[in-house]
Amino acid sequence: MNSFQKVSQALNLKNNIVYLGFLVIFGFFAIMLYDDGFLTSRNLSNIVLQTAPATIMAIGLVFALSAGEIDLSFGSIVAVSALTTAVVMQEYPIFIAVAAGMLSGLAIGALNGVLVAYLKLPSFLVTLATMGLFAGVARAMTNLRSIPAIDPNFTGFFGSGKLFGVPSLIIWTVVAVAVGHIVYRQSKFGAHVIATGDNARAAQVSGIHVNRIRLYVLSLSGACAGLAGILYTGRIQAAKYTLGEADLMIVIAAVIVGGTALNGGKGSIIGALVGSLLMGMLNNGLILMQYSVSQQMMVRGLIILVAVAISLRDVSR
Amino acid sequence: MNQQAPVLELKKIRKTFGAVVAIQDFSLELYAGKVTALVGDNGAGKSTLVKIMSGVYSPTSGDILLDQEPVKFKNSSTARAKGIEVVYQDLALCDQQPVYMNLFLGREYTKSPIPVLDRKRMVKETEALVKELDVRIPSALSAISDLSGGQRQGVAIARATHWAEKLILLDEPTAALGVAETARVESIIQGLKARNIAIFIISHSLDQVFRLSDNICVLRQGVQIGVRETAKTDKNEIVSMITGLSY
Repeated sequence: MNSFQKVSQALNLKNNIVYLGFLVIFGFFAIMLYDDGFLTSRNLSNIVLQTAPATIMAIGLVFALSAGEIDLSFGSIVAVSALTTAVVMQEYPIFIAVAAGMLSGLAIGALNGVLVAYLKLPSFLVTLATMGLFAGVARAMTNLRSIPAIDPNFTGFFGSGKLFGVPSLIIWTVVAVAVGHIVYRQSKFGAHVIATGDNARAAQVSGIHVNRIRLYVLSLSGACAGLAGILYTGRIQAAKYTLGEADLMIVIAAVIVGGTALNGGKGSIIGALVGSLLMGMLNNGLILMQYSVSQQMMVRGLIILVAVAISLRDVSR
Repeated sequence: MNQQAPVLELKKIRKTFGAVVAIQDFSLELYAGKVTALVGDNGAGKSTLVKIMSGVYSPTSGDILLDQEPVKFKNSSTARAKGIEVVYQDLALCDQQPVYMNLFLGREYTKSPIPVLDRKRMVKETEALVKELDVRIPSALSAISDLSGGQRQGVAIARATHWAEKLILLDEPTAALGVAETARVESIIQGLKARNIAIFIISHSLDQVFRLSDNICVLRQGVQIGVRETAKTDKNEIVSMITGLSY
């Protein structure tokens, strides 16, 4: 491939609409909200910090969608993982609490995976059901009470603190995106995930264990949601059953706008990161524009609709 | 025709599904460098036979000999590991992926010590292979969905060729193609003979079978009616063998 082709491919708007959209909306807010402090470094870093859990969930969802599966349950997993971490932390050391939170996410994801891969149930229905099931579990765990998690070591490492002078949530985001991107683009596993979502039969006859792939991606999505729950808990210094509740639409929109196909075989981790930042920026800008909560929801829904329509229009064949 | 030992030999293969007998008492020898065509009416058992040879089904009774050694294929992976490749009728390509990733689907090269995909090497080998087989595609980096039907078929055949050490099974390789594309694919198949592997082709087109094959095997209702040397038979004989009607 010569450099001209590389440049034209890099500029391929069909696949890179998220970057353009990001720049346009960023420019819009930068001009409209200049006097309201949108462009201050404090506000911009706030956007990144607030979107960290959604970005981590989006990474897991890119893998699941690429393999031709969907996960609707990650929002509920966030709540279960957050509460598990906070409850365990009241009695045990931090690392045990964090491990328990991660494990709870991984276990629910693996349950989704087993039901989909080996009982051959559609992931849409399985994760719709587990979404409801574990939303209930999260409510029952602490009788709707929120559980504080104020240990400074915990919040420092997983939330509001800094590591090496950098906010820890930014480090988590960068590391998760980098690892996710490399695994997705550069590993055999990533290639097999994409092939499974593209043409499961072709993958199967080529010796790829497609059921194992399905189990792995849904487990991974659960684990990512588990980590997101821990990061939420660290940031707001408490766990509550409502955590993750509002993320379903935002994360799915971030991933789709970021260039991941709803029906598998195509995706982008970097696109999902930018999509997630785009959603966070929208959220932030709409608040600064002093829309009421109900207006924010409507505007956000409309913008997501437009963004998803634009990014899907060219992809459909 | 018997100057060499057969690459693959089927001996008294029988396959039943419950009470239904799909294949009975089928024997056939396939030789390196030769194209053997399987013809038969719809429902004669051609697909079942391909699935037995590629390890998807195991025969109810009978033996499969590969290089004169009896083999049992547990599944299509074990058949592939022994050098048998299939070009499926639906091609089994991942449409959104580039040509080179399809060529190495499930068998991607990785670098060492860190096992990241070695795309450069896969692209290079793909380019060399499509050039050698004269599969005319724009680039090894093109997505399958951007290729024509004939080009896709060419990619599927190239993939099989790359990995087959003993035998390529082609299931209706030109069923979905136009005249010019069929000619292209046929010339690719002709080119495979020089690679000293056995080629087994299922086709509904007798014209094609006569153009391509060295031997023709006729299957009717699960029974092998006979094998003819293509040079020593004609269409009338084959048609009457397929239909069971004399003329």
